[in-house]
Amino acid sequence: MDSFWGAIGGAFGLVFALDPDLMEIIGLSMRVTLTAVLFACVIGLPLGAAVGTFRFPGRSVVAVSLNALMGLPPVVVGLLVYLLLSASGPLAPLRLLYTPTAMIIAQMVLVTPIVAALTRQVIEDLNLEYSEQFASMGVGPIDRMGAMLWDARYSLLTVALAGFGRAVAEVGAVIIVGGNINHVTRVMTTTIALETSKGNLQLALALGVILLMIAFAVNAGVMALRASAVRAAYA
Amino acid sequence: MIKRVFLALAATLIAGALTGPAAAADDRFIVVQSTTSTQNSGLFDDLLPKFQDKTGIEVRVVAVGTGQAIKNAANGDGDVLFVHSKPSEEKFVADGLGVSRADVMYNDFVIVGPADDPAGVAGSSDVVAAMQTIAGSGAPFASRGDDSGTHKAELRLWAAAGVDPDAASGSWYRETGSGMGATLNTGTGMGAYVMTDRATWIAFGNKGDYQIAVEGDARMFNQYGVILVNPDAHPHVKADMGQEFVDWLLSKDGQQAIADYKVDGQQLFFPNANKGSS
Amino acid sequence: MREFAFTPAPGLPSFDRNAARDPLLEVRDLTYSAGGEQLLKAVNLTIRPGSRTLLMGPNGAGKSLLLRLMHGLLQPDDGAILWQGARLSPAARSAQAMVFQRPVLLRRSVLANLRFALSVRGLRGRERNDRIASALEAAGLAHLAGRPARVLSGGEQQRLSLVRALACEPDLLFLDEPTANLDPASTAAIEKLVLEANRQGVTIVLVTHDAGQAKRLGQHVVFLQDGEVAEAGPVGEVLNAPRSEPVRAWREGRIYLGPNTRSMNRNTDDFPGRSQ
Repeated sequence: MDSFWGAIGGAFGLVFALDPDLMEIIGLSMRVTLTAVLFACVIGLPLGAAVGTFRFPGRSVVAVSLNALMGLPPVVVGLLVYLLLSASGPLAPLRLLYTPTAMIIAQMVLVTPIVAALTRQVIEDLNLEYSEQFASMGVGPIDRMGAMLWDARYSLLTVALAGFGRAVAEVGAVIIVGGNINHVTRVMTTTIALETSKGNLQLALALGVILLMIAFAVNAGVMALRASAVRAAYA
Repeated sequence: MIKRVFLALAATLIAGALTGPAAAADDRFIVVQSTTSTQNSGLFDDLLPKFQDKTGIEVRVVAVGTGQAIKNAANGDGDVLFVHSKPSEEKFVADGLGVSRADVMYNDFVIVGPADDPAGVAGSSDVVAAMQTIAGSGAPFASRGDDSGTHKAELRLWAAAGVDPDAASGSWYRETGSGMGATLNTGTGMGAYVMTDRATWIAFGNKGDYQIAVEGDARMFNQYGVILVNPDAHPHVKADMGQEFVDWLLSKDGQQAIADYKVDGQQLFFPNANKGSS
Repeated sequence: MREFAFTPAPGLPSFDRNAARDPLLEVRDLTYSAGGEQLLKAVNLTIRPGSRTLLMGPNGAGKSLLLRLMHGLLQPDDGAILWQGARLSPAARSAQAMVFQRPVLLRRSVLANLRFALSVRGLRGRERNDRIASALEAAGLAHLAGRPARVLSGGEQQRLSLVRALACEPDLLFLDEPTANLDPASTAAIEKLVLEANRQGVTIVLVTHDAGQAKRLGQHVVFLQDGEVAEAGPVGEVLNAPRSEPVRAWREGRIYLGPNTRSMNRNTDDFPGRSQ
């Protein structure tokens, strides 16, 4: 327990000292994860909405697959993306291996199924509520999806947060495709892994506390948004 | 208001993502596939800025186990290979994947163990006898088990001792399948003996009550070699800059920089370029 | 679609207009089954333009089901729905609108709800804004335009649903027990809007349970019992001097269990091994 309180103290010390290396690592973590979540939403929201709205053959197979892909192991994703981006792989000319972009891609692969599967559920439930009225009003398929996505915006914010949580916490994918290169692809989680392997457990724990604090801050911010939404009966 | 904040953030991120690869098109860097021992000991943090100051070339190190480093370099995912497993390195060159191999530096392996020394091998300088004793005593031994340079050296010593560690895997012989630091964390946590390179051990922050139990045997010599990845096999390899790095490592400046690196007053690596065969 | 304004205008008594025109909507031999039960059995009825038709009957008679079939929300097993003599098509459906028992509003402002309904029909700019303004005016909701629709009271939400449907200028408006959950003041407001719309030429087909509402709004009545039309005709005749047993029973406050009624006994008789 000693080292736990020591870690909290260490964490605050590091943050207030505004250590430039630490700031760089935090900045990169946020950039990689937020970008990955953004693109995952751009793909996953419409995908989930489409599967939740329309009847088509094989629909339940798609739904089950999306749910299953939520459990993709990060290290497996890292390996697959590495094989794609490797100099011996099909996407070699893109020269993306060991760059932040490769990390963004790997995290996108992890987060998109989460966003799509949860969106599908949210929209499916909403569709039950609205489908008769939409049919009566003659709303076309694209308008229906758009209306429901906007309607569910506060629930979908929580979906995005779930994706964010998954991405900001994972290390298996980014360490393989990023290489944990100092000042280039080193993020919070890979730094924690590195410091742990160097036996610097106190420092690793302190970094872990900082990561938690960041995750808290992001979630608290979104929660504040939802609270005002609930008051306005949008939720 | 919220919409505006969100859109501004999204725009920044997208701009960042799109210009990212372009910014990295500043091409003056090489990728070196190396091992966890050189990374964790802090050698690269000390060495590489010196090289960059001299040549302006940024060195990006991917530090993984020797087995993975060699595989990555074989795929062409690195410009230089810097590991410590001479037989594997020579095979790499023989297969046409590397241009040539050169000695850079050496240090030695040691066996560390808990202060209460359950197998009674502390102070020994005969590693083969010590390992026979450990095997016989049933005291736990944590191995990297990851095909790394350290792991392969360890297996050679078990063979010399006439012990088959595979048969005991899971009982007193514990294969962690991890890097040196993780294996040390695991080993010290379970009171097991661990074979490690001295540099990683000196720099390791979680020693607990562990001491060096066995050291000084000539068979624990640990040679590091550097290889330029063969541009004939992978045309995009940055052969010129990679060669500059190799040359610098083997040069007086590079060798001196290696010798100058100390932790707690102890020198961790001993330069020996051009002193042995390649 | 014709010219439409919410301002009241004097009109001819509706039954004169009706006699002259061809039916707007016809239901021929409509049959619908679900879960092994036949819920509608060869129903026939005719809706004339400009008329106000009430669908009445006990729970489970098939009124809401019939309404949904007429609006094209469900497909019948047999029989046909004809709109101006032709099979029901998407174009025909867009000349209809429906108000459900519980108002279904999007999670956005009152005004945005109206804007959405008009946008999906391709309306933009000045015309859309004008219609939104008149709808808000007619419903008495102009002062609530910016409020989230879901914080409105039940009555206000239903008024919004109604003017949303009317803003699309339908030829025929279906209403499925629109005031079943509303207080008297809201009920009065809804009925006023319905009558006003009818005066402007919108044909009304309304499902109701309420005898009072039947008297206030009714012109023609179709009384359903167990999936069949028990009686149909002008409201005065059917409700005051019923000729069929189901309507008589309803009028006298009796529960009618006729030969076609799905009985609890009959269902258990179907279980194997049960003693009779």
